[in-house]
Amino acid sequence: MSRARMAIALLCMAGLFVAIYLYLFKIGKIGTLACGTGACETVQLSPQSRFLGVEVSLIGVMGYGVMLALALLALQPRYAGRSGPANLLFLLSSGALLFTGYLTTLELFVIHAICRWCVSSAVIVASVFGFALYDRRKRAPAQA
Amino acid sequence: MAQAPAGMNRFYFVLGVAALAGIAALVYQVQKPKAVSIPVNVTVLAADTAGFRGYLLGSDSAKLEVTEYADYQCPVCQDFESVQFPAVRQQLIETGLVRWRYRDFPLEMHPNSRVAAHAAACANDQGKFWPMHEALYLHQPEWAPKKNASAAFTDYAKTVGLDVNQFTDCMTSTKYAGRIQASFDEGLKLGVSGTPNFIIAGRLYPNTLPSDSIRAIVMRALPPSTPPSPTP
Repeated sequence: MSRARMAIALLCMAGLFVAIYLYLFKIGKIGTLACGTGACETVQLSPQSRFLGVEVSLIGVMGYGVMLALALLALQPRYAGRSGPANLLFLLSSGALLFTGYLTTLELFVIHAICRWCVSSAVIVASVFGFALYDRRKRAPAQA
Repeated sequence: MAQAPAGMNRFYFVLGVAALAGIAALVYQVQKPKAVSIPVNVTVLAADTAGFRGYLLGSDSAKLEVTEYADYQCPVCQDFESVQFPAVRQQLIETGLVRWRYRDFPLEMHPNSRVAAHAAACANDQGKFWPMHEALYLHQPEWAPKKNASAAFTDYAKTVGLDVNQFTDCMTSTKYAGRIQASFDEGLKLGVSGTPNFIIAGRLYPNTLPSDSIRAIVMRALPPSTPPSPTP
């Protein structure tokens, strides 16, 4: 049991709801996004809101869902001392961080609009990556 | 990093509360009435205006036509509709002297104006333009300050007897945005500068008019053989 994995689970839960919210907007179940001064709808309705034909928000739902499930699994007593879940979480969060970096670049330089929900997701992903890195390092000496 | 079982229970409790809060927020977002935003400055297509030049009230054989350019969110238009228009309707329209043409002129300063005009257009699809028109003006003080007036418009749609599903589909489609824009553009070309403005016998009256003035202008413009309309 690890505080880092708990933090990852809670963050992924938050990210999962953000992604579901954006996906529900995209499929027309939510009328307008609560965005304040941001340009969420510009970003969400842009051609870049799809990646290889799949909605980016749906990729977010799947990504956060898998990381949440993995973090909860890693919290089970039988995985407490094992580095496998830590490595997997680190690998997934690294991929998520790279993907988020790519999406943020598109927002800044291609769409020229910033969606605050995407920024929230980017902060969550960066935090998940930070905790996953910490968790991995913490467990690495035990495997040596 | 080892946690006591009590720590795990606390974690699961927090996770469960967060999950419930998230689900509740999403359910609320899905169930709350969708705000409809009608695009402005849309490119007007020929199909937007084909066969449509405003909403008509009165006889086709009326001797004169009065065009009103108005904005549903404009308080002066609301005043005209509730105070002056009943007399105009009774004395000039119902007597067959005048055919009334209502055209949209949604002012930029009124954020719900285009949505209201679109609601009236959607009511027109079901043959209920004038009842919806009256409801929009009657309840203007209720919906005008709202950030999202769609729910109020749906309520009025129910009240005037519209098929609500059909009305909602029409509102979401924003299919009349171009037609509303065309009406606004045409008003601008004619010199309309505010609301309500009237065009009577080819002349623009760029202010609100009391019913007596409209009646007087109409009577002057009518052919001499026309019998006078009943006085109030």
